[in-house]
Amino acid sequence: MASLGSVLLALAFLAAVFAAVVALAGRNGTRRWIDLSRRAVYGFCALVTACVVIIEIAFAGNDFSFNIVQQHSSIETPPFYKLAAMWSSQEGSLLLWAWVLSIASSIALYVTRNKLREIVPWATAVMMGVAAFFTGLMLFAPDVDPFATTPGPTPADGIGLNPLLQHPSMMIHPPMLYSGYVAFTIPFAFAIGALITRYVDAEWIRSTRKFALVAWTFLGFGLLLGARWSYTELGWGGYWAWDPVENAALMPWLLGTAFLHSIMVQEKRGMLKVWNACLVVATFSMALLGTFLVRSGVLQSIHAFGDNTVGPYILALIGVVVIGSTLLIVSRLDDLKSEKRIDSLISRESVFLINNLLLVGLTLVIAWGTFFPLISELFTGSKASLAAPWFDRYTTPLAILLVLFTGIGPLLAWRRVTWASAKRVFRLPLAVAAVTLAGLLILSDAGHKPWALFLFVFAAFAISGLVQEFWIGAAARRKTSGGSMAGATVAVVARNRRRYGGYIVHLGIAVILIGIAASSSFQTNRDVVLKPGESTVVDGYTVTYVKPEVEVDSEKFTFADRIRVEKDGKLVASLRPSRRFFRPTGGEVSLGTLASYFDGEATSEVGLDAGVARDFWIAPNPDISGVMGRVRRADAAFADCVRGAPGTPPQCEQLAGLMLAARDNPRLQPAALETIGALQAQSAENIARAYASERLPVTFKVIVNPLVTWMWIGGLIALAGALIALWPSRGRRRGALVRTEADALKEAKYREIRDAELDHAAGKLSDEDFAAIDAELRREAVEILDKVGANGSGNGRANGSGANGSAHGHTPDEKPESVERS
Amino acid sequence: MDPARKRTIRLVVALSVAVLLAVALIYTSFSASTEAKEPSQLFSAAPGTTYDMTGRVVPGSIEKQGNGIAFRVEDREGDSQSLPVTYTGTVPDPFRGGREIVLTGAMESGTFVGKPETLITKCPSKFTTKSDG
Repeated sequence: MASLGSVLLALAFLAAVFAAVVALAGRNGTRRWIDLSRRAVYGFCALVTACVVIIEIAFAGNDFSFNIVQQHSSIETPPFYKLAAMWSSQEGSLLLWAWVLSIASSIALYVTRNKLREIVPWATAVMMGVAAFFTGLMLFAPDVDPFATTPGPTPADGIGLNPLLQHPSMMIHPPMLYSGYVAFTIPFAFAIGALITRYVDAEWIRSTRKFALVAWTFLGFGLLLGARWSYTELGWGGYWAWDPVENAALMPWLLGTAFLHSIMVQEKRGMLKVWNACLVVATFSMALLGTFLVRSGVLQSIHAFGDNTVGPYILALIGVVVIGSTLLIVSRLDDLKSEKRIDSLISRESVFLINNLLLVGLTLVIAWGTFFPLISELFTGSKASLAAPWFDRYTTPLAILLVLFTGIGPLLAWRRVTWASAKRVFRLPLAVAAVTLAGLLILSDAGHKPWALFLFVFAAFAISGLVQEFWIGAAARRKTSGGSMAGATVAVVARNRRRYGGYIVHLGIAVILIGIAASSSFQTNRDVVLKPGESTVVDGYTVTYVKPEVEVDSEKFTFADRIRVEKDGKLVASLRPSRRFFRPTGGEVSLGTLASYFDGEATSEVGLDAGVARDFWIAPNPDISGVMGRVRRADAAFADCVRGAPGTPPQCEQLAGLMLAARDNPRLQPAALETIGALQAQSAENIARAYASERLPVTFKVIVNPLVTWMWIGGLIALAGALIALWPSRGRRRGALVRTEADALKEAKYREIRDAELDHAAGKLSDEDFAAIDAELRREAVEILDKVGANGSGNGRANGSGANGSAHGHTPDEKPESVERS
Repeated sequence: MDPARKRTIRLVVALSVAVLLAVALIYTSFSASTEAKEPSQLFSAAPGTTYDMTGRVVPGSIEKQGNGIAFRVEDREGDSQSLPVTYTGTVPDPFRGGREIVLTGAMESGTFVGKPETLITKCPSKFTTKSDG
């Protein structure tokens, strides 16, 4: 199996190289070569998929002849985690990279198979270049071959998956982040293609926008899952530590957020082309950097997974990407000139520009802090690092400003806003913000935390503004089509998925930030020492340590504690947090001593009572020094017993005899092991019971975290919004096969007209402004239609748009799906 | 004012703000940062100065002491004299003998005293190290 895998991997590498070469051969638009290269990409995808299947079969079937399986799984590893164990290894995560890239590339090329004929060959070459790089790493770099085997007999069992990693999040958190990193390859590849061929209009953006959004969604969801995992599993109670690897995932996400906004400006207004090109290169480089940081150990991180075998190669790739792209962008500056200028400082595009600057500023701050150890080593000769307070100091104000602009942006129309219309849409959100401010100052102690107060007020502004948007949209819809308010809301969202999906994402982000601000500013975090039966009061909650419960089985010691939480005499929650000490697994089965229980990992099972208003969180840290003493004595007694030392009980003689016989006769070994195991289990039980009866004090970490649940709720809201924005529109689904670039241009222009109408209906555009903008847009639409009509193939790049005849006979008055028929 | 001039002014203002912010950022980062040192370098370090100590926990050296713990830390590579460390506060799950840690604190009469809540233990690198113990 392993050799089959190696062959398939080698074939995959060749397929990637082949696809890239053939694609370049078709760079002049030769249909044959382009089609061939696309099929080679499909082939690459099939081959890598086969490799993944082989590895997963090996994991599922406990095939310990595979090094990767032997080192990351074991017979007792639950099946669920066997499948996830692949990406806990370096080689497995490289394979995952290649696999996700192969799928994303195939989808991207399938979607664009009748479009962008100039750009696609170059984009294919870039994507397959990256793919060849990662498959090549697995083939040629040391120690990262997923199909490596060790000569000699197959080991009987594996080392197993680290207990810390045995959490449901392990199944989704790493693949989500990786998919996010990888999916940014697609917009990057198409951007490079567009730059090389000088087709730098918005067409490549329209074709890859969804990939950027998918990447952004995956990355964001992966980050949130990681935060949740840390919160519930690590016995630390926090969800974010400004750890380099966390930052490495946050930075491409922030840049991706900026990119998703600024490409809208290019799409709609033909501006910010250089900026977008730079952003997509930076985002992709940051994604590579994230992969690099996880694997390099350059920076001190709780995530640095050791091995440094592929770090230098990835760094080289980043160098090539950054230098190559910069040279390319500089050489194309003439083509990247803006088609238009910003009309007014108070317009949606200028808010987008500000939000872009804020997001990039945030990224620069985080990058500076993350790489500060390297920077300071360069200047002062010693590595110095920056801690969370430094990051908080800069990121907090920037994040608060971002929330404000999250609220302002949707309220403004494209191009320009008049004072009267601004007053109309800003009235309600400003009132809500003022009421929130007054309410918080009077009713809560939020006044002591000005940053949090600002954030709550701005979030209230943003959320009410967004809700108002839905209200106005639905009301306008109802005026023309009637129906219930709910029905109209659904209809208007369904009609404008991009716009309202985006608003829902904004809503979710505002809710997440409320959760972050509340839980970080108003958290109560205390270490308390309690004996069984004792109580203490933490933030109004009476916490009673009822009794300890100690369990022991063949793999772990569990020190659990029954906790009762009461408030005002009423029971709030009964919790049973625990701390578990695992025996190291794997290797040859040895006569484990009892002390070995405390050689392995220790994990916390947090006691969590989650609530809408607050989370009650508790994790114990038992004093096990007494247990350790007993364990050592038991081990010593046991060793004496087996040696047959004088003065030991009579059973010992028997046992010693059994051991002696087993040493000479392998067939007796299982029986001997079983006897010893049973004896050890007995004494472990005794130790557990003794601990429970001693009623020792336990140190508990108790956290009362207000509103933290809203982080996860906000995450789900944002996810829902992203899915709505991603959902294919009806027209696209129907017309997917015949859609051409000219049609796409036309549709985009219609969408712009529709957007302007929506803004007008919502009162964001004054009558005069709307009339002027509408006239201009219609003029542009006529130009597009003329072009389509003039040379049946659109602007010379589309194929066969004239053939279906749909482009003819349209006049701009025939605009589709008006929200409001004026 | 003609639009070109207005744009230039705007650009200059924006750039100056950016430069000012960048200078503030750089200045504070150098003053707010804590220097990283290995245990062997800390023996001669100035008492009272805060450092990030990075090193490996000596297996079997962890003991309970009052409300906190006491243990010894050695350089990540190479044999060095081990440094006694005390720490009070949350101990991360992966913390144990043989693990690499980062701890912020200062030297006090030959002992490195860690600040509460600053102990970072590296995620178990099951992938590579064999030094776990």
